[in-house]
Parts: sequence; structure tokens; C-alpha cells
Amino acid sequence: MFLKDYITDVYRATKSLLTGMKLTGYYFTHHKEIITEQYPDNRTTLKLADRFKGEVWMPHDENNEHACTGCSSCEIACPNGTIKIISKFDVSPEGKRKKAIDQFVYRLDMCTMCGLCVEACPTDAIKMRNTFELSVFDRNNLIKRLNEPGSKIREGVE
Amino acid sequence: MFEEIGTTAEGDLLINVGPQHPATHGVLHLVLTLNGEIIKKVEPHLGYIHRSIEKMCESLSYRQFIYVTSRMDYLSAHINNHACALVVEKGLQVEVPLRAQYIRVIMDELTRIASHELWWSAMSMDLGAFTPYFLAFREREKINEIMEETCGARLTMNYMVPGGVMAEPHPDFQKKVKAFVADFKKTLHEYDELITGNIIFQNRMKGVGYLSPEDAISYGCTGPVARASGVKSDIRKIAPYDVYDKVEFDEIIETGGDCFTRYQVRIKEMSQSIRIIEQLIDNIPDGDFQAKTKAVLKLPKGEFYQRVETARGELGVYIVSEGAAQPYRIKFRSPGFSNLSALDHMVRGYKIGDFIAIMGTLDLVIPDIDR
Ligand code: SF4
Ligand code: SF4
Repeated sequence: MFLKDYITDVYRATKSLLTGMKLTGYYFTHHKEIITEQYPDNRTTLKLADRFKGEVWMPHDENNEHACTGCSSCEIACPNGTIKIISKFDVSPEGKRKKAIDQFVYRLDMCTMCGLCVEACPTDAIKMRNTFELSVFDRNNLIKRLNEPGSKIREGVE
Repeated sequence: MFEEIGTTAEGDLLINVGPQHPATHGVLHLVLTLNGEIIKKVEPHLGYIHRSIEKMCESLSYRQFIYVTSRMDYLSAHINNHACALVVEKGLQVEVPLRAQYIRVIMDELTRIASHELWWSAMSMDLGAFTPYFLAFREREKINEIMEETCGARLTMNYMVPGGVMAEPHPDFQKKVKAFVADFKKTLHEYDELITGNIIFQNRMKGVGYLSPEDAISYGCTGPVARASGVKSDIRKIAPYDVYDKVEFDEIIETGGDCFTRYQVRIKEMSQSIRIIEQLIDNIPDGDFQAKTKAVLKLPKGEFYQRVETARGELGVYIVSEGAAQPYRIKFRSPGFSNLSALDHMVRGYKIGDFIAIMGTLDLVIPDIDR
């Protein structure tokens, strides 16, 4: 009786192991179904999803103009104090003073890529970009100014 | 202070598992008291990854605190966010558009599948099988790609906001989810072939780590751990939120109470999640993806509670509001903590070799326990 149980056990064990091995063997011989990506060798072809939240940036058009009014909504919406808006007052030709952005300071080292700032912006001036290789050798390089030097607000954006 | 090293007065050996142990999948520290090979006691020492999330939330607004909860149970990040969004909506009495509800539930179920897949692969690896890891990660990668396209992140999505979801789903969303569902149904049998039928695996799992229904209730176990002991605990059935009352699915309840049953419950839950997704994905109604809410959210004075079913069990969010823009106090009832507290009871009398199997079937996520 014992011997019979023993032999049945061995038979079942071998069979179940072979079933598993068959599957392993199947994928061993079917390379096409493997989806591993050879990063970083595929850097040139690798494309992340457009919405991927890599870092915050401010798109500028060809005239070096952006849509940021300096309203500080993003600064308030950010849970980590990542954004600092330094504003200035522009004087228009008619002599009116208007609040405008001087520097949009973005501290990448404090950002959790939550996207709340983009949600909060009333003029869609900032977006998340799908870059992801963001490491630098000096941490000071992580403090960025998002509005380009000499840029100004696009005509008609209030 | 606890004894952590050497032998006890009775001559039992103390052994430390963790805080850096590959089978705890995180910084969990367990002190085992061993009599020979038999486990007499397990003492979890917590706090290695405590980030005081509850306290942090008190200084954040009702829109901001949601993103932090992705960092609790990072494998159910969506479902955590969902719970927080629901409790804020409850306080504000916002009606969430049907479209948003559908998207939320689909995302929840995708997260659940991804989480169970990761559990399956990690647990199999703990028990010495390495192939499952790659197999499950292949499927999980497809879910992650769907998440990446729609939410912009793979793990800490922060896609749920009070009133709905943050953005329209990606144009390819429906197509991709359907493709995933079709693929997944075809490959689900591989899981059984590879591991479930394996005799070594079965011998290590069957009859090990028994948890009786009474103990499951008294330790506050929820999720697959409780359901494997025959306790009805699926919040999606008990207190349906969003569109869970409109979909048909079975609550998987088994009565074995051992490791193998817990394993089976999770495997079966994956097919139920697929069933839910199939019912919803073709019928996402048109409309807004977000209800109109005020710029600054202020919950009225009072207490608000909402519970949801994460991949690990019942997550409760309790908010005390003083009427300000920030919560006065937030408390999370995390499933991992209660499930871990039953570990001591489950492992007593079993051999140290069974310990990893028992812990594996609890599906512990350490940041969820410590918060
Ligand atoms: S993504 Fe989040 S953390 Fe980063 S700047 Fe925007 S709001 Fe702040
Ligand atoms: S980026 Fe948008 S929210 Fe931030 S200051 Fe500029 S306009 Fe305001």
C-alpha cells in the first residue's frame, strides 16, 4: 500500500513538473512573444506615453511667448512647495501697471509628479512632459527656471 | 524593549527575519521564537517605513491629500485614491458623473488584477519558483501601459480627484483594455499549469497556516485572507460604491482557511475582476469626466467615513472636519495591518519552512502597514 502511494506520488510529481516545464519550454522557443525592452540600448526608439508625468515644463511658442499670467494658482495647488512664482509689474505703453511673471522657479528635487499644478492652471500654461532621464551630477541643476529668459506672455491671454 | 537576539529564558532560539529580508518584500522586522524547528511566537516590529502620512494629510487640502495615499498601499494606489475621493464627495455631497464612475471602477479592477499578479509572482518566487515572476510581469506590464497612457504614471497614478477623474481616458483606452482582457483570458490557464498543479507547491501550501473564521473575524482580517476562511467581507458587495451595485460578479468565498485556499481565492478573484471589466468597458456612458467643484473644497463640520475593497482587503478612510480647507484629523484603517496581526496566530506550531509560505499568502505591503 505504501509502495503504491509512493509510486503514484512520484508519478504525479513528475507529471506536474513536466507540465510546468512545458510552458517554460514554450516561451524559450517563442521569442516573439517576449516583450522585454532592452533599455538603455533602445534609447533612440523608446517612446513613452504622451501623458507620462516626467517633469513640469512651460511650452513656449516660436516668438518666445508663453501663457503664464503669474496668478500663482499652481503654487497654491502644489502639495510640496515645489513651485515658486516670482512676479513683477509690467508697465504698458499707456502707463498701466500689470502683474506679470518674472521667474517661474521649479524645484524638480521636490516634485512628486502628481500633476495637480497642471490641473490648477487656468490658462494651461504648464504641462507635464514625458522625459524621464532627469538625473544630474549637481543638485543645484534640479532647480529650474521654466520661463525662458526674455520670454513674455502671449498676446490675448488673461 | 523586546528581546531580539540570543535565546529566551526557556531556551528557545530567537531569530530575526528582516528588516531587510527578501521574503518580506519591504522593511518588515519579525522576531521568531523557535523551539527547534517549530515556531512558538512571531512578533512584528513596525515603524521602519513610517512616514506619518496621517499627520501629513492634516496640512494638505482635500485635493492635495489624495496623492499621498498612493504611497500607502502602492499596489492598490488607484483604490486608495478612490477611497479618498469618495469620502470627500460624501462630505461635499457631490454627484459624480456616471462616466467617471465607470472609468473609476474599471481602473480599480485593473489595479486589482495587477496587484494579484504581483502577489502571485512574488509569492511563487519566495517558494522557489522563478518563472512565474516573468510570466505575471508580462501581463502586469500591459496593465501598466494602460495606466501610463491614461493616468500618466505606472504606480502612483493620482488619477482620481474629488468629483471624478483627472482627465479623459486615452483614446486607445477601450481598445487596449479589451485587448488585455482577451489576452488575459487566454493566459490565465498558464498560472494553473505552472504553479497550482505543481505537487511541491501543493504540499507546501495545503493544510498550512490555518485560520478559523472566528479568528479571522476577531483579528479583523479582511479581503482574500478572510474570504478564504469563509467570512463574507467584500465591501463591493456589502456596501457597494460607485457602479459596483450595477455589475454582476461573485464574491469568492472558500472555507479551507489554509494557504492553498487563500491562494485560490486570489486566482479566482482575477477572473471576477475580468468579468466586471467586460461588463463595463463597452458601456461607458458619455458625459463629463468630472463634476464641477469649487476651487477650494471645504468639508462641513463633522465626521466622514468611507470604506472600499482594495486588493488586500478593507480600506477605511475616516475624516474629522472642523469646516476648514484641511482635515482636522485623518485616520486610515489599512487592511495590511489587521492581516499582519493574525500572522502570529497562524504560524504557531508550524515549521519555520512554512513561515514564508504563510506570510506570502497574506500579501503584505509594508508601507500600507506602517503608513
Ligand atoms: S507635479 Fe505636483 S509636486 Fe510637482 S510641481 Fe506640480 S503640483 Fe507640485
Ligand atoms: S503656470 Fe498657470 S497657474 Fe501657474 S502662475 Fe502661470 S498661469 Fe498661474
